[in-house]
Amino acid sequence: MSVHNEMKVEFLSKSANEAFARVTVAAFISQLDPNIEELSDVKTAVSEAVTNAIIHGYQNSNGIVRIACTLTDKTAEIIIHDDGQGIENIGQARQPLFTSSKNDERSGMGFTVMETFMDELTVMSEPGAGTTIRMVKHFGTLNA
Amino acid sequence: MALQLEKRDRSLIAFIDGELDHHCAASIRETLDSAYQQAQIKNLILDFSKLTFMDSSGIGVIIGRYKMVQAGKGKMLITGISANVLRLLTLSGIHKIIPIVNNVETALKTV
Repeated sequence: MSVHNEMKVEFLSKSANEAFARVTVAAFISQLDPNIEELSDVKTAVSEAVTNAIIHGYQNSNGIVRIACTLTDKTAEIIIHDDGQGIENIGQARQPLFTSSKNDERSGMGFTVMETFMDELTVMSEPGAGTTIRMVKHFGTLNA
Repeated sequence: MALQLEKRDRSLIAFIDGELDHHCAASIRETLDSAYQQAQIKNLILDFSKLTFMDSSGIGVIIGRYKMVQAGKGKMLITGISANVLRLLTLSGIHKIIPIVNNVETALKTV
């Protein structure tokens, strides 16, 4: 039986909402019956993207983070958007260990984690025009 | 997130209970650093057996504490990790610089 479902959620760019965001997305995708590892992968990737939106996009000031999630059969597409300052050099930002906030103990591993834990990652951004992260995860590929 | 601290000889053992993300990172960092700065503490053991979630903010916290312990000429070890945390530690290369052992008792014998 084919599945199609969608949800959208938006919230203030407060760090307390990082847990809210990953738990909400995990609850929504649980209808695709992911295994524990897949669920954990999605939670971690969402947490990375939302943390980036809060720290880098909005520079810890108030803004709105938007998440849209679409489920199609055994695939989840998750889009996370902020209207923050945007990324000047996406290629550089995606490099492992690169961070623009050197004094803040950021590991610079956010994009690497998203890339590793999800099946697809697209980063769309322009300085001043916010950032959109699109991630796709296929479920049941390991133990179908 | 709750942090329980225990001191044994010259080692500080920190049991992190709950989630380690950007939101919790600052308070964990402050608590660990002030406890470590107490006299006679040299080594740091981070126990993650009650950790339910960690993302790359946790990597930042671990690397920051590793630098502190290095400066204090002590040893740092990590115990009780889940498969997910192991993936993060491997991805960031932390597993090459900080020993990962099964439990706190083993860690205490190693320091």
